[in-house]
Amino acid sequence: MTELMPAEGVFSLIWLLIALPLAGAAVLLVGGRRTNAWGPLLGVLTVSASAVLGIVMLLQMMQNSPEQRTFDQTLFSWVFVGGFQADMAFQLDQLSMVFVLLITIVGALIHVYSLGYMSHDRDKRKFFGYLNLFVAAMLILVLANNYLLLYVGWEGVGLASYLLIGFWQHKPSAAAAAKKAFVINRIGDVGMSLAIMLMFVTFGTVSFQGVFGVADQASEGTLNAIGLLLLLAACGKSAQFPLQAWLLDAMEGPTPVSALIHAATMVTAGVYLIARSNAIFDVATVAATTVVVVGVVTVFIGAIIGSAKDDIKKSLAGSTMSQIGYMIAAAGLGPIGYVFAIFHLLTHGVFKAGLFLGAGSVMHGMNDNVDMRRYGALRKVMIVTYVTFAAGWLSIMGIPPFSGFFSKDEIIHAAFEQSVLTGVLLIIGAGVTGFYMTRMFIMTFLGKARWEDDVHPHESPKVMTVPLVLLAIGSLFLGMALLYWGNIETWLEPVVGYEAGESPISTTASIALSLLAVGLGVLVAYLMYQRRAVPIEAPHGSWLTRAARNELYGNEVNDVLVVQPTYYTSRWLVWFDNKGVDGFVNGSAAFVGGLSGRMRRYQTGFARSYALSMVGGAVLVVLALVLVRAS
Amino acid sequence: MSPLLASVGAETETAFTMPSINYYAIAPILILFGAAVVSVLVEAFVPQRGRRPVQLVIVVGSIVAALAVTIDLRGTRLVTGEGAIAVDGPTLLMWGALLVIGLLGALLMAERSIDPLGDAFAPRASALPGSEDEQEFTRRGFLQTEVWPFLLFALTGMLVFVASNDLLVMFVALEVMSLPLYLLAGMARRRRLLSQEAALKYFLLGAFSSAFFLYGAAMLYGFSGSVSLVAISDTLSAKTGEGSLVAIGIALLMVGLLFKVAAVPFHQWTPDVYQGAPTPVTGFMAATVKIAAFGALLRVLYVSLGGLRWDWEPMLWIIAALTMLVGSVVAITQTDIKRMLAYSSIAQAGFILVGVVAASPQGLASALFYLVAYAFTTIGTFAVITMVRDASGEATHLSKWAGLGKKSPVVAAVFSLFMLSLAGIPLTSGFVGKFGVFAAAIDSGNTWLVIVGVVASVIAAFFYVRVIVLMYFSDPTPDTASVVIPSAFTTIALTASAVMTIALGVFPQWLLDIITQAGVFIR
Repeated sequence: MTELMPAEGVFSLIWLLIALPLAGAAVLLVGGRRTNAWGPLLGVLTVSASAVLGIVMLLQMMQNSPEQRTFDQTLFSWVFVGGFQADMAFQLDQLSMVFVLLITIVGALIHVYSLGYMSHDRDKRKFFGYLNLFVAAMLILVLANNYLLLYVGWEGVGLASYLLIGFWQHKPSAAAAAKKAFVINRIGDVGMSLAIMLMFVTFGTVSFQGVFGVADQASEGTLNAIGLLLLLAACGKSAQFPLQAWLLDAMEGPTPVSALIHAATMVTAGVYLIARSNAIFDVATVAATTVVVVGVVTVFIGAIIGSAKDDIKKSLAGSTMSQIGYMIAAAGLGPIGYVFAIFHLLTHGVFKAGLFLGAGSVMHGMNDNVDMRRYGALRKVMIVTYVTFAAGWLSIMGIPPFSGFFSKDEIIHAAFEQSVLTGVLLIIGAGVTGFYMTRMFIMTFLGKARWEDDVHPHESPKVMTVPLVLLAIGSLFLGMALLYWGNIETWLEPVVGYEAGESPISTTASIALSLLAVGLGVLVAYLMYQRRAVPIEAPHGSWLTRAARNELYGNEVNDVLVVQPTYYTSRWLVWFDNKGVDGFVNGSAAFVGGLSGRMRRYQTGFARSYALSMVGGAVLVVLALVLVRAS
Repeated sequence: MSPLLASVGAETETAFTMPSINYYAIAPILILFGAAVVSVLVEAFVPQRGRRPVQLVIVVGSIVAALAVTIDLRGTRLVTGEGAIAVDGPTLLMWGALLVIGLLGALLMAERSIDPLGDAFAPRASALPGSEDEQEFTRRGFLQTEVWPFLLFALTGMLVFVASNDLLVMFVALEVMSLPLYLLAGMARRRRLLSQEAALKYFLLGAFSSAFFLYGAAMLYGFSGSVSLVAISDTLSAKTGEGSLVAIGIALLMVGLLFKVAAVPFHQWTPDVYQGAPTPVTGFMAATVKIAAFGALLRVLYVSLGGLRWDWEPMLWIIAALTMLVGSVVAITQTDIKRMLAYSSIAQAGFILVGVVAASPQGLASALFYLVAYAFTTIGTFAVITMVRDASGEATHLSKWAGLGKKSPVVAAVFSLFMLSLAGIPLTSGFVGKFGVFAAAIDSGNTWLVIVGVVASVIAAFFYVRVIVLMYFSDPTPDTASVVIPSAFTTIALTASAVMTIALGVFPQWLLDIITQAGVFIR
């Protein structure tokens, strides 16, 4: 059993992890244009300081025995109404520790990269302010010790995401994308708030300790309801089916944003939520099974979309969706899967950030063109980007010894332990991953140059390539380091639980199968895009390609199922409001006004008529009393 | 000594018995009464120039002294003066409120910097309006310092009114309170004809209502053989069968009291008097008379007629509903802000009646809270009106308030606060008060009355908010009035009432605690 340790020593500074980027955001956003010169640097410094603090805490935490690694810091009683209590309190344990490190270290690297990427933007301090705000909100999300405070962070990252997707708001497409992300996320947030209310009604508390301590005493129906509501929340934030449609449009934001928020950190919040709520999902079997189904479906949706898109960022976004599908599926597997969901989340956070920043570096050299059909042969002119991108490519495909190999194969193996079907589907998904990533790699860096006339590709400056190199090193070694040196299973086990299951096939066999599938995918991509020339105009393609280009008609489905009904309901309500409600209100206002105008005429100004009305009133009062008394 | 005398009196029944009086318990009344008498002597013997400062010292000093004694008396529950005066929790609470509001009213009346011609009162009330005499007196800077003894006598009457435990004392107190107010209403410096008309109407109708009161008291005396509230109550429970004499007596008594609280259909004097009286007097009167009249009404109903509540409740339900609706509805079409506030005060009387007819300790407590909250807000409201002026004096026509928020943002904000409080918007005292009376009414089963009250509140919100809209969302015109910077007198009164309006809205608990400790009327 884990003990709750008081936050002493370095852990008394848990609040500072959040306060640093929050202060940075406050200074940058309140300070306005005058902070343009030094503001970006302040943004980098605050996040870096949090990262250093996080590393110090990690080292300190490793000194303690595994049962004594949960630290609790209560700042003050935040909401205390009737029986409802929520504290402004943080909980740092092994799970939140790895998230803190992911958020602050990757966050710091992306801040540094942004110094170069955004150097010419006139609103760059605003950009860094929003980024700092995001980091602070994300840290609140993972450090909260109760669901209500988690919800604050949850909404905070949603806000930051909205602001950053729409950062170039002068582009109508960016403004629309921001709005779309916000609206779809609201649907998930409804699930979150309902889940919190249901927890309070059921358990009388919303703190992690309180809920998890008594979770198994509630009825399974209630727990399934809570689990499904939490899943709805996770689907919104992590772009899982059926709330996946916003992520592709979110690529309208600056590329560092796509890397930090829409690849490495925020979109994985759903995985965190499910892993954190493991006590609920362990008992809520229906909800857990639904989680697996949603994850597997999204693996394919994302992969298929990623295979057809010619926009490098949208292709990567499809890939992100797909990879998070793996994590969600793993989290749905229960105690055999949680640790690997988190493991893949960490490795994915690093290599996908590297891939996005690599894409950003390419766009930087290609006049911000995102069409891969106008790339090609960039390996010669962008050598650092090329090599680091290759590291990400090999890692996401799961080629040993790159990071993705270890984490993805653990998930596939765990899936086999629960059901052969899930395992097979995930292996097929790995094959598709091999296809679309190779396609992207070939179209961008290999083959013949298909550049537009006025484009002169060049390598990006050091401030951008150094983070790329660091993330590439992470893509290469992080998997090994976490598995063999960090013992990720035993590290996370006290928080999320871990038990190895019985697999119908051996580890070697599942590795071999998935490598075979990836190899097939790579081969097909090689044949299609390396052996044949890539046309500049996209060919008509098969029905599947066309469907995938249209994002599998997710927008159309949303339109028919949600948007049109809402639109017509709202039109009807407006009509009803104009005719019915306003008619009633204006009618009664006119009635009262008319009545008032009539009644004031009785105020004649003559004392005699006043006296008369007094007499009349007195007579009525006397009559009333006499009658009441007589009856 | 007095017990001894009392025992002697018991032995020889024909001899005159010295009434037993606890002088300290009624010291606030005695202090104000003594000060009022001294104040009259000051008018007679102190030279013209020196009167104002001397009067101010007497007024402020006596009110503060009476307030100090009232505070010292807290916890007292006794009946003195052979059962004529009851000093109990509600009495002391209302004394305290009356004295504080009276002090704020005195500050408004003492203001001399707003009107370039002097204070709010005619230099010589006896001079004919528009006559050469009047101009001469104005030129020489005369001040009518008789307002100060009037103020003290009126306050004395109010203190006795809320404490009186028999109908005869109550009637005397009613007159002591009312007569000075009739005079004060007629002493405005500007628009004197309107002011004198108001005073005359107030006097005529007030006398008329006093007659009703007296007649009702006589009926009840005829029935029970006593004017004591407790004795009437005892007789009522002993002789249950007999009907009409009691019913007529109660009805006429009620008419007299409902006139003073301005309940429909006995409300028609209110707009004319509020508009015509000098604004500081209107503020003082609107706040204090409401407390005093409701105090007496509550005492009669709870102490004397509590056993008959099934008889008088239906009548008061209807009057409360009518008062709320008529006050709110007619206020909508008013164009003069003082008249609008007069109708507002009628509607507010209806809301307080909702608490009164709840006929429960909770109803009593909620009505008391409402009265205190309303009194502070009202005196502040009229304080602002004294400051909003144009060349001809106070700019009471609503069109002249357009765009005031842009010309004088602070004063407009304070006035908006008072309007929101009167409308009963949360975080102001008005909300807590309204919530209290409605909650008490629901607990007593008068849900339909609360529904009427909520409808009336919605209608009332319209004209309160309209003033805010007018001040902030219209552009100033050449006709827009300007705000005159007052001296410390008005500033203190205005600040105190604004602070109390917010304080009772945000932290109402301390006053609720005091009211809870005050408990119910002594029998």
